[in-house]
Amino acid sequence: MPTDGRGGRSPAGQRARLVARRVVRYLLLVAMAGVVLFPIYVTLVDALLPSQKIGSRPPTLFPLHPLWGSFATAFSEAHLGIYLRNSAIVTLATVAAQLITSVLAGYAFAFVRFPLRGLAFALCLATLMVPLEATIIPNYRTVQALGWYNSFPALIVPFVGSGIGVFLFRQAFRGVPPELRDAAKLDGYGHMSFLTRVVLPLNRPVVAAFGIYAFLTSWNQYLWPLIVTQTNSVRTVQIGLRQLSVTQFNRLDVVFAGTILAALPIFVLLFAFQKQLVRGLTAGAVKG
Amino acid sequence: MREAGAGYLFVLPALVAFGVFVFYPLVKTAYLGFFTSPPAPNLPAHYVGVSQYSSVLRSSEFRDDLWRSVQFVLYTVPAGIVLGIALAVLANQRLAGIRIFRTVYSSTVATSTAVASVVFLTLLNPQIGLLNYWLGRQGGAGLLQSSSLALPAVSVVTIWQNIGFTFILMSAALQAVPDDLLEAARVDGASSWFRFRHVTIPLLSPMIFFAVIVGTIAGFQAFGQIDILTQGGPNNHTLVLIYDLYQQAFQYDNFGSAAVLSVSLFVILLVLTFAQFWYFQRRVFYAN
Repeated sequence: MPTDGRGGRSPAGQRARLVARRVVRYLLLVAMAGVVLFPIYVTLVDALLPSQKIGSRPPTLFPLHPLWGSFATAFSEAHLGIYLRNSAIVTLATVAAQLITSVLAGYAFAFVRFPLRGLAFALCLATLMVPLEATIIPNYRTVQALGWYNSFPALIVPFVGSGIGVFLFRQAFRGVPPELRDAAKLDGYGHMSFLTRVVLPLNRPVVAAFGIYAFLTSWNQYLWPLIVTQTNSVRTVQIGLRQLSVTQFNRLDVVFAGTILAALPIFVLLFAFQKQLVRGLTAGAVKG
Repeated sequence: MREAGAGYLFVLPALVAFGVFVFYPLVKTAYLGFFTSPPAPNLPAHYVGVSQYSSVLRSSEFRDDLWRSVQFVLYTVPAGIVLGIALAVLANQRLAGIRIFRTVYSSTVATSTAVASVVFLTLLNPQIGLLNYWLGRQGGAGLLQSSSLALPAVSVVTIWQNIGFTFILMSAALQAVPDDLLEAARVDGASSWFRFRHVTIPLLSPMIFFAVIVGTIAGFQAFGQIDILTQGGPNNHTLVLIYDLYQQAFQYDNFGSAAVLSVSLFVILLVLTFAQFWYFQRRVFYAN
């Protein structure tokens, strides 16, 4: 065998080779982990250093006397608290709205027969091909005409529908056996009670996966919130972070602390819902 | 009929949202391309027909925008996928503690574009940036201020931010590779590189294709990193199509030519999306 050509064939030589190979593998794993984590690590370290020590040479890579005050300053004086609150409001409202509209439409496409159903579904699918960039100018004008500029409705209402959501729920609901619908009908269930008491409980994983997908998409929005917000009272955390990086340069530790604060909620979410997150992120890849 | 009524009622919220914020603005964007923007606000726009389309699309500015967007895709997509596969292979071993490494490698999905960009904005800062220091450029011109290196630097930030997502995709595909297939190749005397090249890679090819399309679409839509790191500079060297669109529309009030750019971006993304749909229709798995 080509791979076994070199090295000793004695049991001791073979064991030594196995150990050596294992050490090499761990070294590679650790090195790559270092590359991936290094930017975040440096940011965290710099957040804990006194402002004037940031950028000192040789660089400080471990804060012996961490100063946690930068986080409090970032949260209050640099408005991260307000930005995070705004993002939470916008994201939760958007996800809730998308869940409601998508579950309802997905249910109708899976369980209710009505004229022009095929056309209606095709229209929902067609939205998947229209990116934000193709609609942004008229939507900006619409929002202005409605008097919503620099307000929460401007950040939420344009996104209450989700083509992917409609599609995912329709696919999932079609997997519910039709006999269940017949049985539920005999028990006097209307569509609404069948949906809430049978269909949704059966499809909790899909709801979770889509919910997380929608959450991440909404939380990470950048271009739209940038153009429709103007003051800190409605700015989302992504735009707030941009604001922080251009205005707070005399307090670098605060910028770094703010960056960590901005990333923290999603990190927590990642660790709490790792499995659902992976399923949500790969939903587009594995579903046909 | 009551049944049909319920169906319409259920799909109505989604369809109304799509009508107002997707279909109407899509048509309106194409329509706005027929008008040049007035020299001052509140003056009527001037109808010029298709001439604005042809003049914008034939301009050297548009060609340069497009080329920079293509370059950005070429810098980010192949490198990102190679890195994602490397990490997925590395983390696909049966070793103690491997779960920690898997979590670390997927961790950058928790960073938004704004977080990643602000982190690297400081790492690349000419005075205090660690990366600048390690590259021996301390005090000299920053990478982001260099006409030849700004776009590659923005690309590196993007690759780093996407590592987690690509890793998750490639890991999911890798775990679906049947062990006995690799075992059979091993028994047949195939070297580990041969097994990787002729068994693993072909089995990963569907996911690689998916990642290429998704990465290319995301590459054309990449906005936040440009906005935070370079604002299209220095000297337009990072002025990609979408950033030009943003500046024309929301900084220069040039809605007419911005609409043309919007339509062109829409067509590009539409072709890419169709490529993706076509692929999932055919599902040519395990080719090669």
